[in-house]
Amino acid sequence: MPAAESHVAHHFPDLEVQSHAARLGMWLFLATEVLLFGGLFTAYALYRMLYPSAFHGASRLIETSMGALNTVVLITSSLTVALAFHYSRQSRNRLAALLLVATIGLGFVFLGVKAVEYAHHFREGHLPGRFYRYAGLQVPGASMFFTVYFLMTGLHGIHVIIGMGVLTWLAVGAWRGSYGGDYTTPIELGGMYWHLVDLIWIFLFPLLYLI
Amino acid sequence: MSPSPASIPPAPADAGAPLYLERNYLNARRGLWSWLTTLDHKRIGVMYLVLTSAALFLGGIFAMLLRIELLTPGPTIMSALAYNRTFTLHGVVMIFLFMIPAIPGIFGNFFLPLMIGARDVAFPRLNLLSVYLYLTGAAIALYGMIHGGADTGWTFYTPYSTTTVTMVWPILLGAFVLGMGSIVTGLNFIVTVHTLRAPGIGFMRMPLFVWALYATSIIQVLATPVLGITLLLVAVENVFGFGIFDPARGGDPVLFQHMFWFYSHPAVYIMILPAMGAITEVLSAFARKNTFGYRAVAFSSLGIAFVGFFTWGHHLFTSGQSTVDAGIFGVLSMFVGIFTAIKIFNWTATLYRGSIAIRTPFIYVIAFLFFLLFGGMTGIALATVALDVHWQDTYFVVAHFHFIMVGGTVAGFLAALTYWWPKMFGKSYSERWGIVGATLIFLGFNFTFIPQFLLGNEGMPRRYYSYPVRFWPLNVASTAGASVLALGFLVVLATLLLSLKYGKPAGPNPWGSRGYEWKTLSPPPEGNFLTQPTYPRMPHDYDDLNPGRGGH
Amino acid sequence: MNELMRRMLFLPEQGSAYARQVDRLHYFVISMTMVGFVGVAATVLWFVIRYRRRAEGEPTPTIEPRPIHEVLFVGGPLALFLVWFAIGYPLYVRLQTPPRDAMDVYVMGKKWMWKFAYPGGPNDMDDLHVPAGRPVRLLITSRDVIHSFYMPAFRLKQDAVPGRYAETWFQADKPGRYEIFCAEYCGLGHSAMLGTLVVMEPEKFDAWMTEARRSPAVAAAQDTPDAAANPVATLARQGRNLAVEYGCMKCHSVDGTRHIGPSWLDLYLRKEPLEGGGTVVADEGYLTESMMDPGAKVVKGFAPVMPTFQGRIPGPEVAAIVEFIKTLRTDAVHPAPTPGRAYEPVPGFDPTRSR
Ligand code: HEA
Ligand code: HEA
Ligand code: CUA
Ligand SMILES: [Cu+2]
Repeated sequence: MPAAESHVAHHFPDLEVQSHAARLGMWLFLATEVLLFGGLFTAYALYRMLYPSAFHGASRLIETSMGALNTVVLITSSLTVALAFHYSRQSRNRLAALLLVATIGLGFVFLGVKAVEYAHHFREGHLPGRFYRYAGLQVPGASMFFTVYFLMTGLHGIHVIIGMGVLTWLAVGAWRGSYGGDYTTPIELGGMYWHLVDLIWIFLFPLLYLI
Repeated sequence: MSPSPASIPPAPADAGAPLYLERNYLNARRGLWSWLTTLDHKRIGVMYLVLTSAALFLGGIFAMLLRIELLTPGPTIMSALAYNRTFTLHGVVMIFLFMIPAIPGIFGNFFLPLMIGARDVAFPRLNLLSVYLYLTGAAIALYGMIHGGADTGWTFYTPYSTTTVTMVWPILLGAFVLGMGSIVTGLNFIVTVHTLRAPGIGFMRMPLFVWALYATSIIQVLATPVLGITLLLVAVENVFGFGIFDPARGGDPVLFQHMFWFYSHPAVYIMILPAMGAITEVLSAFARKNTFGYRAVAFSSLGIAFVGFFTWGHHLFTSGQSTVDAGIFGVLSMFVGIFTAIKIFNWTATLYRGSIAIRTPFIYVIAFLFFLLFGGMTGIALATVALDVHWQDTYFVVAHFHFIMVGGTVAGFLAALTYWWPKMFGKSYSERWGIVGATLIFLGFNFTFIPQFLLGNEGMPRRYYSYPVRFWPLNVASTAGASVLALGFLVVLATLLLSLKYGKPAGPNPWGSRGYEWKTLSPPPEGNFLTQPTYPRMPHDYDDLNPGRGGH
Repeated sequence: MNELMRRMLFLPEQGSAYARQVDRLHYFVISMTMVGFVGVAATVLWFVIRYRRRAEGEPTPTIEPRPIHEVLFVGGPLALFLVWFAIGYPLYVRLQTPPRDAMDVYVMGKKWMWKFAYPGGPNDMDDLHVPAGRPVRLLITSRDVIHSFYMPAFRLKQDAVPGRYAETWFQADKPGRYEIFCAEYCGLGHSAMLGTLVVMEPEKFDAWMTEARRSPAVAAAQDTPDAAANPVATLARQGRNLAVEYGCMKCHSVDGTRHIGPSWLDLYLRKEPLEGGGTVVADEGYLTESMMDPGAKVVKGFAPVMPTFQGRIPGPEVAAIVEFIKTLRTDAVHPAPTPGRAYEPVPGFDPTRSR
């Protein structure tokens, strides 16, 4: 595979070591992402313990159905990105590119739903800290719920947007046939990142919407 | 043509090898652009050397301003606000711009690949990115210093940091970006160690500096994100008022302290572990002995990295945490001290029956041993909870961490610098002036910081712009010592810089070291080795000098 | 010996038995540190001199450790450190557990002064008056940023955190004046946030206190500017006004009659049965919790209708109201000081509760 050989940087003995290195690096990066969110999860846990009833009450104010819809959307997008990787391995580059585009589309759907939710919160005054002005729930900790809610979903949203950027770049590459066969590491790594974004949502959804 | 391991005699350099390679990594490409876009780990190391040394001097100038202000009990040269900003800047510059990036950034980048026989780190582009992250972070933070003038101390305790009128977000954002750079470096090193070791270098054969960097990298990767999110939260709180740490809105200010120290305690090991690793190399080289207890030294690095994650609560003994928590954190702090003790004892034992050459780097080794030992023992004393109640936030703590950070890390940094300088630049410096500088630093250091222990005992709180008169004499002593210390740094700087122009070619291995990094020329060629070296022995195996054993 | 060591180490004078005890630990720890330091340093120097390089190319043996070395390297310092801890930890616990018969003083840090308030007594700024030979419990909080209450002569320090109460205690040996510092960085006036501890003869203190109680106007005159707007001299009286102001009296009586909420008369330290089983002692902690999170523990027979005051009443005012409740007693005897922590800052999580 001479095409693949050219992807090996001078300091790596062969492609296998290089892919191994890339994958290891990606895993470490994902670990840092988990820890980044870990800080917020800690804050969530502490404040949930301090204000159990406020958190319970405030989580009733956000639409479970919207969250559920978004969960489905993200899980589907994880599937499409996995398929993209699968077809890219078979060098079916156009198909892989289309699947990546589908993933990006699902990302837009996710953000759209999120925007609807945010708009609703802004109207109702379900806002963090000193901006909180919802009369229906005036207990201490309610504003804290929305502080945590906006920080967590906001940070997650930023990750979705970054992920979409990465996927766009991959889709262009796939369409041009830069990957395929032995050399699919970029798509694999991009997919891993997208899976992580998905996974974090899978934790956020029950914590924020359900319990 | 490149010297194979067996052909490196102790000293002087192998007659067969060229003394100074005409085309090396420094001059193979020319022009500023070639530096700014370089992917060569060695050049990146040199860039870090320039940047972090500048930071050290900037922080040092702030330190001198602090000391001058403290020369008299009342106002001396600046206002209270200026003083508060100055110690914030001093702390931030020293910690985030110097201590954390320095040794991994300079010597890690330069020597880790050389030590494991690799041609580069795993991700050269990320490596360059880390330099730019450093520059960006430094620029944002410095902008914040000039325009915002944060006055929170380097610990950014809420709610002070979220309510102060000065602008803190640039410094927080700067520290966040610097943290990203630190993560990138750590990640790169871990992957490099895992994937790029040359044949013959198993895990239990890696030089101990590599082990130390590996342990450091684990901390960097695991702890820094938590700091990142914490600082972002403070910035968000400060700018928008979301109430996350604000007691008036149900927030908990002490949560910030937990999150901050969850990073910042492990971070102190980010600062000391690489220095420990470098010291191990220098010590073995100058004692001309294999490191006593290779395994113990290697694994104690991992031990520090691991246990270091569970001791953060010792910074909160007086913040109202429960006595049970205090007890647990106290005991765990004792445990983490054991790993350092293991190292100190093994280093001492390495000297036994060695052949010790007292050269400039070795003086720093001795200084490092003494200061780390004493600083570390005072750390354990602090972890003895009842004593900490008296010492918390006094000059005793200031003295404790300067003993470890200046006496330990900076001494380790200088040992590494003077030891590897000939390898990095191919020139040897004036040994006489090197020793003068080291001596001045040793004496000045003692004069600066021993009085601070006593000040802490006397009860002088830290971050005090003015103080009761009874603290005066010891403060004068400390300022006097700091002047000698600053002079020492100037001598070192001058000695090294002059050697670049006037120094004699050092040769591939001026110290006769058996560290793996000496298996190439000085300065190394662009691709690190002319021919791939082989690694038939442990690093620092000097056994072949014995008649009839090994040898060539 | 004590005096010699104390001077050598520059420690300030010892104002209490606790200070002397901590100092003894201090001497022990520092001596051990010195012994360890000198031991290791001397060995290093000895090796450096004994094994200095005498000729280039000198052979050296390769020496590997034996298991006994590792055991010694780990066991030696570990044993030493654990001894330190074993002595130091009980002392710390002692400092964190005020004796039952301690007298209470509320301490509030604010930029950049210390305010002291005595239950049923005067408010005072920067000067803390206490009697010699009696234990004093300090209930410490802050109204703005974190401060730290530090009395070097008593080897005592406690952070003042806004939104929560921390406690510590001391018992001064003899009359005198001692420094109070703020040890947690709090901005411009940090190093000027000084106070004085005035330890008086017990009789003089009692006289001083009686005097201060009798003339609220005098006490009010010493009050801080912002509290001057609220011309109430004593904490408890301030508490009563606050209770009216915040509308507590709409539901709670002070004369024992049953209302929407439990009466405050004799409430302090009463054992209350709880809705859903269990009992609770109405100490400072419970009273504070009930204001902050009223739903947490509802007394049997009452509906959970009380609104929360979390974030609406600043910490010092909570203290005042609690003090007011404490004064509402049918028996005239001076209430015994409280056991245990005064204020549990983290209301316990109660999973049985629904909204
Ligand atoms: C590189 C930096 C560094 C390092 C390595 C350490 C190492 C340690 N530190 Fe330190 N520390 C700081 C930097 C560092 N610290 C800083 C910056 C602060 C202040 C932060 C701030 O508030 O601004 C601080 C504050 C600090 C405190 C809080 C003080 C306070 O604010 O109240 C405590 C409390 O326990 C502590 C403990 C320790 C301990 C137990 C170790 C241990 O790891 C030490 C282990 C070493 C040894 C134990 C020496 C080896 C021992 C021997 C060889 C045994 C000798 C043998 C015999 C005598 C038998 N440190
Ligand atoms: C790597 C970390 C590091 C290093 C190397 C140093 C180095 C020094 N530090 Fe500092 N220091 C900290 C980290 C460090 N410090 C931290 C984290 C704090 C806490 C901040 C906070 O509270 O938030 C602190 C706080 C601190 C204080 C306490 C301030 C206070 O609480 O009020 C003091 C006071 O003496 C001090 C002094 C010094 C001195 C004299 C040096 C000397 O070693 C410096 C020696 C000099 C140089 C390295 C450069 C040489 C300079 C020149 C050649 C220029 C000559 C210029 C003139 C003479 C004007 N430092
Ligand atoms: Cu109040 Cu420092
Ligand atoms: Cu620590």
